Amino acid sequence: MSANVPTTLLEAKAVAKHFGGVKALRDVSLTIRRGEIYGLIGPNGAGKTTFFNCMTGLYVPDGGGFVFDGVPLVADAPHQAAERGIARTFQNIRLFGNMTALENVMVGRHVRTRAGVLGAMLNNAATRAEEAAIRQRAMDLLHYVRIEDRADDLAKNLSYGDQRRLEIARALASEPKLLCLDEPAAGMNATETAELRELIEGIRRDGTTILLIEHDVKLVMGLCDRVAVLDYGALVIEDVPAVVQKDQRVIEAYLGA
Amino acid sequence: MDIFLQQIVNGLVQGSIYALVALGYTMVYGIMGLINFAHGEVVMIGTLVTITVAGSLIKAGMPVALAALAGLSVSLLLCMALGWGLERIAYRPLRNAPRLTPLITAIGMSIVLQNLAMMIWGRNYLTFPALLPKVNFELAGAHFTFIQVVIVLLSGATMAGLLGLIYRTKLGMAMRATAQNPAVASLMGVNINRVIAAAFVIGSALGALAGVMVGTYYEIAHYQMGFMLGLKAFTAAVLGGIGNLAGAMLGGVLLGIIEALGAGYIGDLTGGFLGSHYQDIFAFIVLIVVLMFKPSGLFGEKTGDRA
Amino acid sequence: MNKWLSPRSAFGITLIVVALLGLPFVAAMGGQAWVRILDFAILYVFLALGLNIVVGFAGLLDLGYIAFYAVGAYAWALLASPHFGLHLPIWVILPIGAGLACIAGVLLGSPTLKLRGDYLAIVTLGFGEIVRIFMNNLNAPVNITNGPQGITLIDPVAFGGFKFSGTTQVFGYALTGPMKYYYLLVALAILVIIINLRLQHSRIGRAWQAIREDEIAAKAVGINTRNIKLLAFAMGASFGGIAGGVFAAMQGFVSPESFSLMESIMILAMVVLGGMGHIPGVILGAVLLSILPEALRYGVGPAQMALFGKQLVDPESLRMLVFGLALVLVMRFKPAGLWPSPERKRELGEKRMEVAK
Ligand SMILES: Nc1ncnc2c1ncn2[C@@H]1O[C@H](COP(=O)(O)OP(=O)(O)OP(=O)(O)O)[C@@H](O)[C@H]1O
Ligand SMILES: [Mg+2]
Repeated sequence: MSANVPTTLLEAKAVAKHFGGVKALRDVSLTIRRGEIYGLIGPNGAGKTTFFNCMTGLYVPDGGGFVFDGVPLVADAPHQAAERGIARTFQNIRLFGNMTALENVMVGRHVRTRAGVLGAMLNNAATRAEEAAIRQRAMDLLHYVRIEDRADDLAKNLSYGDQRRLEIARALASEPKLLCLDEPAAGMNATETAELRELIEGIRRDGTTILLIEHDVKLVMGLCDRVAVLDYGALVIEDVPAVVQKDQRVIEAYLGA
Repeated sequence: MDIFLQQIVNGLVQGSIYALVALGYTMVYGIMGLINFAHGEVVMIGTLVTITVAGSLIKAGMPVALAALAGLSVSLLLCMALGWGLERIAYRPLRNAPRLTPLITAIGMSIVLQNLAMMIWGRNYLTFPALLPKVNFELAGAHFTFIQVVIVLLSGATMAGLLGLIYRTKLGMAMRATAQNPAVASLMGVNINRVIAAAFVIGSALGALAGVMVGTYYEIAHYQMGFMLGLKAFTAAVLGGIGNLAGAMLGGVLLGIIEALGAGYIGDLTGGFLGSHYQDIFAFIVLIVVLMFKPSGLFGEKTGDRA
Repeated sequence: MNKWLSPRSAFGITLIVVALLGLPFVAAMGGQAWVRILDFAILYVFLALGLNIVVGFAGLLDLGYIAFYAVGAYAWALLASPHFGLHLPIWVILPIGAGLACIAGVLLGSPTLKLRGDYLAIVTLGFGEIVRIFMNNLNAPVNITNGPQGITLIDPVAFGGFKFSGTTQVFGYALTGPMKYYYLLVALAILVIIINLRLQHSRIGRAWQAIREDEIAAKAVGINTRNIKLLAFAMGASFGGIAGGVFAAMQGFVSPESFSLMESIMILAMVVLGGMGHIPGVILGAVLLSILPEALRYGVGPAQMALFGKQLVDPESLRMLVFGLALVLVMRFKPAGLWPSPERKRELGEKRMEVAK
């Protein structure tokens, strides 16, 4: 058994964040293991998105911090979080609307590519090769999320479900170790949700750890290895779905909300 | 010490004028996110109209006080109409245009107004009629004139009135709501068009008043005067935190005082290396330094992007 | 780029090349003044495309662009004129001018680029004024810039013994100074066009567009938004510096007057009015806005004479009035510019609501 102890990928240590009087996060500590699908649930306003924003460097926590892959994350440096291997999607989809689907994913390759201004101006062999590789990789990812036929459409003209997929493809383009999805199933119908579930499972199979915020309890309980529950910014419980589902405090949190 | 106090007084006067003009910028910006470049020209037109009206009335034998009042009224009304017209004709059709489009329009209007003014009033400096008696006071070593006192008091009262309007009336509430979120405001039944028009009209009135003050104070006017004045006032608005009324007022006064002190002391500060002709750079240097440390201006709200 | 040109585009390019080569001779029929106007049009194309990197690509509103042009112009003026008795060659001065402008850009940009768009506008505007005021006043106690009088007798551009001023005979054609500068400027403009084109469709160009579209999302995908913006700013500044150097050499004279805020605004107007971010549009904007005021200069006076038999209003102000009106009208009926990129056209109607939010 000890040979198989899953290693820690991300550790949140007493992360706190407040907005004026609102305590959005109260000393939240949790641990995400390599290779798992980790669910983060909680009623509206519980602080889930705020947790994401702190982790990805968009917000600076007022207390605590994160250790990712053994090394602390620098606060206030979103580009470094991406570089280190954390990619995310947004609750209210944030695509580059006037760029094509393909270009969106190509932008996602930014941290894994090098070409600078000089390369662009000279357009030398190395730059051209990298550009071709970026394009190819982006195309493959569109294929992976099954929207390759929309490659040349502007992102804003995609259907809602396709936009969600595109956002995932863009996130995957940075070759993340941890993929954070903020309510990816919001607004999807049953078929779309089932397809999404397949996609997420596939991504995990291909070796990426997943952190999933979701309101669809059925989806979370069916998909996640472990689940954490936030309520009023505080961690209520962190355990396997079967335990979380039966926990009295969780039931109260949802009923009380 | 004398110089210090004197420069504070001078700065306060100039600053009150900046503040009045800055309010016009900040109201329009707060509500529709537009830098109304043509606002300085509205101030200029307010000044020149007063010269024509009050000047000719005085020449025609009207008592100075009455002529001053007439000049001010005509100038106020005309500028309000001008502000309203600018919004209606030039900016309103561009509400949904890309961000820089109305800015270029504003610049275009500014060029148009300036050259129109030049055609009407000519290239030369014009003498502003003496509308207020020239009386001097002395207090604690600082000299000041009746005109200076009037400028400071009148702008103070005007700004108090404006705050009352914005915070106590229905129109003011509508304006604040629109500044917060135009979409929601219009859902709540606020007539956005009316609110924007009101911002332009009120801002222009304040500008006209400031123009008359500038004219009375410096006794001189010119078709290009609106440019630098507008620039400084806009700087003041940003300094205070654009979109914020109290910020514009304080920013204006602060800018006036900093400039006056800077001009008075720059020679001493730099060991005679830089002279008072560097006065105009203070505004900008202060602005850059302040924004480096307070990116939303001195009194602006922190606009934390909600991710 | 990899494919061979189709006959049609080969024909098109040949046509353009011939037109570009012949243009100064056509203009010269109207006098050398027109060749000079042409020179300035191309110089403005260069400047506008430099600013396009900042405003059009990276979406940074820079109202002080002329300051970098001024830095380049004064660098040339001071290093190649009797003022300090220096006469350095172009290979030395132009890089120095571009480098200084670049440094100025980084110095201004690094503390201010985190500012909201319109705040950046006013800060850059202020910076432009600061530079101008310094040039106006740095003649005492030590005479560096020679103050409002400016610097005269600046060396022309010269490669070895080949000077760009004065008339030379080339293949039996008499090439005047302005004509030679024309060809130099066209070469520079083509260079900057190629650079713009390549940047636009590069990793960096995509990063700029991403920042313009959604800065938060751009950060989240790992773009170091501050550095990438700074890059645009520094590049734009360098191009401004180069243009300034050529300007100083071409004129033989610089004074602070040439670097007023109005100039910055003009260049911005060229970019926006032409079609921000769209290279052909920006070129069109630059050519139109630099030629229009000159054409009006020649057109307005005579037109009044013909219509009314006398000069009703000062032609100078009438010309500017028409110019201002043209800006307003174009923006009214072509809000995305005269020749916007297809995508820009579609963007219409979205950006503004975001600002208001
Ligand atoms: N930028 C911000 N400024 C002010 N308050 C904020 C900000 N971001 C979040 N909050 C507040 O923090 C609390 C937690 O918000 P958060 O968005 O993290 O909740 P959530 O769990 O993601 O909810 P939902 O399920 O609705 O997405 C809420 O009260 C919210 O209003
Ligand atoms: Mg959320």
